[in-house]
Amino acid sequence: MSTTAPQADSPAKPTPGLLGGLADWFDDRTGYRALVNEALYERVPGGARWRYVWGSALVFAFMTQVITGLVLWASYSASAQTAWESVYYIQHEMAGGWLLRGIHHVMAQAMVVLLALHLMQVVIDGAYRAPREVNFWLGLILMQLVLGMALTGYLLPWDQKGYWATRVATNLAGLVPLVGPSLQQLVVGGPDYGHHTLTRFFALHAGFLPATLVGFLVLHLTLFRKHGLHAKQPITKPDAMFWPDQVLKDAVAMLAVMAVVLGVILLPALRAMLAGEPIVAGHLGAELGAPADPSQPYAAARPEWYFLFLFQFLKVFEGWGASGEFLGAIVVPGLTLGLMFLMPIIGRWKLGHRFNIAFTLAILAGAGLLTAMALHEDYYALWADKTAYADVEELLKKTGGDEQQLAAALGNDEAKLAEFEKRRHEYEAIRKSEAFLVAVKRAKADAERAVELAGRPEKIPPAGALSLVRSDPLSQGPLLFAQHCASCHAHIDPAKPEAAAMFAQASAANLFEFGGVVWARGLLDPEQVAGPAYFGNTAHKDGDMVSFVTDELSDSDLWKPDQVQAVIAALAAEADLPTGGASADIVAKGRSLMADTDRCGSCHAYADNETELGYAPDLNGWGSREWLVGIITDPTHQRFYPEDNDRMPSFGVGTDGGPPTLTENQIGLIADWLRGSWYRPAGH
Amino acid sequence: MSDDSAPAEDRRSFLTKVAAVCCGGLATLTPVGAAVWAVLDPLRRTAGAGSFLRVADLANLPDDGQPRQFPVITDRVDAWTGYAAEPIGAVYVKREKGSDTVEALSATCPHAGCFVEMDDESKCFRCPCHNSAFTLDGGIVAPSPSPRSMDSLECQVDKSGSILVKWQNFYTGIEEKVARP
Repeated sequence: MSTTAPQADSPAKPTPGLLGGLADWFDDRTGYRALVNEALYERVPGGARWRYVWGSALVFAFMTQVITGLVLWASYSASAQTAWESVYYIQHEMAGGWLLRGIHHVMAQAMVVLLALHLMQVVIDGAYRAPREVNFWLGLILMQLVLGMALTGYLLPWDQKGYWATRVATNLAGLVPLVGPSLQQLVVGGPDYGHHTLTRFFALHAGFLPATLVGFLVLHLTLFRKHGLHAKQPITKPDAMFWPDQVLKDAVAMLAVMAVVLGVILLPALRAMLAGEPIVAGHLGAELGAPADPSQPYAAARPEWYFLFLFQFLKVFEGWGASGEFLGAIVVPGLTLGLMFLMPIIGRWKLGHRFNIAFTLAILAGAGLLTAMALHEDYYALWADKTAYADVEELLKKTGGDEQQLAAALGNDEAKLAEFEKRRHEYEAIRKSEAFLVAVKRAKADAERAVELAGRPEKIPPAGALSLVRSDPLSQGPLLFAQHCASCHAHIDPAKPEAAAMFAQASAANLFEFGGVVWARGLLDPEQVAGPAYFGNTAHKDGDMVSFVTDELSDSDLWKPDQVQAVIAALAAEADLPTGGASADIVAKGRSLMADTDRCGSCHAYADNETELGYAPDLNGWGSREWLVGIITDPTHQRFYPEDNDRMPSFGVGTDGGPPTLTENQIGLIADWLRGSWYRPAGH
Repeated sequence: MSDDSAPAEDRRSFLTKVAAVCCGGLATLTPVGAAVWAVLDPLRRTAGAGSFLRVADLANLPDDGQPRQFPVITDRVDAWTGYAAEPIGAVYVKREKGSDTVEALSATCPHAGCFVEMDDESKCFRCPCHNSAFTLDGGIVAPSPSPRSMDSLECQVDKSGSILVKWQNFYTGIEEKVARP
């Protein structure tokens, strides 16, 4: 029972009920009513207004990040082998994980927008002036902490996007005078990026920065309450209480922010629904790129959109050398922030206040403009007409970009040269944008493939998802082929319009669907065998195989069409690839024709035909994985071309005892990729 | 208490304050010291001197003056994990007509550390991050955000015909080419 004497102005206070009694007891011990009163019954001069909602909306956004962040933390594991993997699990396997991560990701972006709005409101209203200077400074510190959390959070999924963006950001930190290199090494956690970069960024993102932020937020709110709300002048309406008038407006603003965040997350689902496509929850919310790989370029590297202006700003200093980098990344942003800290002092004068407003708007407009420029540069090719620059393209191709040749081609005419340079600049801009768009597409495909692999029934091995990608024929095959095979061999569907040009450049056979019925049919086609897709560009152009196909195989007295078809099916069967619906009997017939020493078997060893190896490639297991691995390892082996190998290196054999060019594993990846043998999820 | 004892109490009060600050300070400084010590650990870590690593065979590098990209593969230690034969970066290597010597450039952009790619059409190197462009010899194509040319790497061809490149990382964003420790 309370021992406080009843107050004079409330003599008729009724006896409290059980709940009221409990509340009284609790208030007696804690004084919570006074606290609640103080929190809710703040006077709002001039009444509640929408322009005061930004601070509350920011606190709400931060609380959202704390709630979603803590639960993400409960499922996240910061190491080079588990970061991507645990984020994959959250995004694609955990119930509601996509929504949790989506809210965290989009709300982070909303916070940046809200920060800009809050700052603009404070500066325009002059709310930074005495006695609120310190609180303005606290706000600027809070802003940097929020940006710091955005920057550190970007790396945590350990995907290509976050990895390369962080490399750039930390390399820029290395430019800080004197302490830069040490600072960089401390942040990165060593001389190279790895486990300790993740653990440090995570500790910063989820521990140090938010804890500091909470501390500064408490100070910020305490000072805000100490000085009261800075009312927009002139005051025309009567004062109101914070509760419920302003709270309602704040709550509506919070709901609006949340609605926008959910809208951004769910918009792709709505689009898919309207298009009648299936909605995949894992594709909603935050993106997850392919696992970070320091050995693979990531041409789609861009910072998150709210840092794009800084990214673009660096380009302003093109050609300034190291001082430009230092100016763009350190000095100008530092001076800008310094000037913002001085705003409360500058704002003491009427003109100063106007300057502050103009400065803030100019910064925001400048950032907006730079962001637009960055996006314009990246996506330019979507609307630019490249065909209008066909002449530039042709001239550059003809001259190889050589300045003297260009000048000569333009008749050494200064005006023409200047005009050409202008148009060349435009043309290059389109090409850069095209390259970026291709890179974005590729990054998306790589990301989808990594997710596909991680979703295999066998799950991710302890070595991590990168090991899956590196042992995936579909991911690695094209890279290895481009690096080691494509300088001679083409790999393109002959039906494609650009195939002819690719064949003309190649100096060896087209290996698209090598071993399959289509490839084998082309090989045995008199029209094609000496063409550029087969032996046309090789030393075998005038060889026995070409003359056999053109002279004997085309002779219907010697070879009936169904016999040729049977051999084609049998070749595909040897390769362990689909035989195009041929029956077992047809395949068996083809096999006996292949073994026949009056036919294929006269040159090729096959089955028990006793033809010696060495004159023509072995047809046993022709085109199979084992056969392909064999020929890539050593085409001069007795089974293949011991005498007349045409320029093909022995990729699996080292010269003079040195290591081979390609490891067994790499050769296997190329063979599997050529054979179209890679993991496909069920239903694909 | 009598007035006579006031100075003594002042002295005692001063000593109390000093003792309180010292005890509290020492107690707090211990974990802070331990934390700073551990936080600074990465400064002790070095990548080690660059060593010559085999990137390709001379036989596989046509002598057409065209740079070709090869991965740099070596054993790598990342804190507690030891990786065997892990790709850690890439180099562009080229051989001039009829020459038995090679030249190598690091694929790491000297501007901000992105991965420089070869632009076959423009016959130049281009960094996808900030559009730094370089000639096929690694020289700057102006105007460029990069403060220096691409970083050349020492290389040699051993008796067995293997191309060995001295793999090193350099500080980015500065005009001088300074190897990281």
